[in-house]
Amino acid sequence: MAAPFLAASERVKGRNLRDRAFVYWGLAATLVGLGTLVALVADLAADGGGRLSWSFLTSFPSRFAADAGIFPAWVGSLFVILTTAVIAVPVGVLSGVYLEEYARRNWLTNAIEIAVNNLAGVPSIIYGLLALGLFVQAFAMGETVLTAGLTLALLILPVVIVATREAVRAVPQDIRQAALALGATKWQTTAHHVAPNALPGVTTGVIIGMSRAIGETAPLICIGAATFMAFLPVKAPGDPVRYTVEYVSPAAAQRNPDATLTVRATNETTIQYPDGRLVTLTPGERAEAPAGADVSTTASLSDAAASWLPWNWLDQPYTVMPIQMFNWTSRPEAAFRENAAAAGLALLAITLLLNGGAIWLRYRLRRRIRW
Amino acid sequence: MQRDFTRRRFRATERLIEAGLLAAAVAAIAIVVAIVAVLVSQSARFFADVSIVEFLTGTRWTPTFQDPEYGVAPLISATLMSTLVALCVAVPFGLLSAVYLSEFARPRTREVVKPVLELLAGVPTVVYGYFALLFMTPLLQRVIPGLPGFNLLSAGIVMGLMIIPYIASLSEDALRAVPTGLRDGSTALGATRLETAFRVVLPAAASGVTGAIILGMSRAVGETMIVAVAGGLKPQIVTAPTQEGATVTAFIAQVAQGDLEFGSLEFNSIFAAGLALLVITLVFNFIAFALQRRFREAY
Repeated sequence: MAAPFLAASERVKGRNLRDRAFVYWGLAATLVGLGTLVALVADLAADGGGRLSWSFLTSFPSRFAADAGIFPAWVGSLFVILTTAVIAVPVGVLSGVYLEEYARRNWLTNAIEIAVNNLAGVPSIIYGLLALGLFVQAFAMGETVLTAGLTLALLILPVVIVATREAVRAVPQDIRQAALALGATKWQTTAHHVAPNALPGVTTGVIIGMSRAIGETAPLICIGAATFMAFLPVKAPGDPVRYTVEYVSPAAAQRNPDATLTVRATNETTIQYPDGRLVTLTPGERAEAPAGADVSTTASLSDAAASWLPWNWLDQPYTVMPIQMFNWTSRPEAAFRENAAAAGLALLAITLLLNGGAIWLRYRLRRRIRW
Repeated sequence: MQRDFTRRRFRATERLIEAGLLAAAVAAIAIVVAIVAVLVSQSARFFADVSIVEFLTGTRWTPTFQDPEYGVAPLISATLMSTLVALCVAVPFGLLSAVYLSEFARPRTREVVKPVLELLAGVPTVVYGYFALLFMTPLLQRVIPGLPGFNLLSAGIVMGLMIIPYIASLSEDALRAVPTGLRDGSTALGATRLETAFRVVLPAAASGVTGAIILGMSRAVGETMIVAVAGGLKPQIVTAPTQEGATVTAFIAQVAQGDLEFGSLEFNSIFAAGLALLVITLVFNFIAFALQRRFREAY
């Protein structure tokens, strides 16, 4: 009688042992994910940590790896993200609110929901193709900050919509009913009572969306982000400015082919005429320039201030941090790969900070709010 | 919210606001329509020059040659190979993590691990590309002598590491949705936690977990930067993961980087490749949604 008992208890022991062993196996598997993050940061730091300096952040790219920096890249990222946010946040939040608070169960609502769900699963490079075919080719918007911002806005729209819906759904029904019972209209209820309560959740989603847009590379490759930028979308006083004299419309030029434009020099200005003549103007002088003349000057304080107005930088060429990093990574020289690693560190720092902030916000939210 | 308590004089503004909100919501449909319209119309131009039969059955992809051939098979083979490698990494680790986090980990551990996994999901893919090319490939070259500098193995492994958090987190949701009663029943019959996890909970969550894996797969198929940086750009039918190969996405990225002439055959070819990619990922997503809906309805 003793033997089968013993065998059975041995078996139980074995099973319990396997059970306890799995705790370590499971932990090990989970640590692979965490280990990747550590390895990633360590690898970038080892390769590019030495390059990360103030001058790296404030230098333009260069043929010489040691002089090159990411100044236009991070400034470009900032402008592109700003454009993205201005487009994606209102559209995304409003459509999320519509779907949760207003939408009736009908075919249109179903179609919108199917569209949002499918958009979230579309590979990012497809958005690049969309932008290439629509914005760059059909609308001839060029390779500008606006095109890039718009493309990334489309990309993160589903993220913002889904986050908004979840945050709005989490607001308890009692609050709406109380507001409606006191005579508030539906919009008053939504704007004054639902929205403030949903705000932290919406913010979390927006931050995650922004961080995704900052790191996106593939769609911007499609629409031709510049890989070598020697200037910023905005200007500082004294920066060189070059432009070619043009007319407002081709029709105007047709009416009078000899029309000229008055060039007024604020700083020292050089005009190169189409026939090759060079004329230098001292500050305060004026000259008449025909179409095709090249004007070179330096930016005055007011030029510099004006360049910060959105309509003056939206149509400028740009580069962004991930594109700069991709460009350096694809070069064979080791020195440029150090630059790529340093740019990667900066990019990683920004995205991890944003994501970390969003996650922290959400966890704090979960703990604090008890409906 | 069915009953309307609003006063008449507010009605006009209210209607206007609702119309505005609806307009914002319709943007999602507009984007879907735009994507399909652009891809289909550009692809139609491509298929006016290249027969669909050649595109689907040809085995050579040589758009830059004097006598170009457009058989999509090489691109698809590289995409499938890198995805396969990624799944070989992500499925075991992702599932083990999910089972551990849902069935074994203490709440404190879970509270620390889950945010870090989410952080991992926020790493830009170009950074993963750098990691694949300049960390994973040299590491693998020590183990596999003769491994080329560009190969789908290293790109696939890093892609797998990238989708682990994705698969782990979605599978964990599916596992936790399994009612406690099933676990209690299994435990009452004398099963250990491990046996309960793998023989009761995991099968009960099978459709949700499969959905998670398919979503991860769809991610891997659409991933661009890792394969563009580390996988190589040579379009060839790949039979081994150690080979170099251009995936659908890497091809699009490579062509789009060059100076493109609008309307040229090469320009149109990236839209045809994009259409193929979109169809593949949408089919995967559809299957995943259907599976996940099933597991939600089950309980």
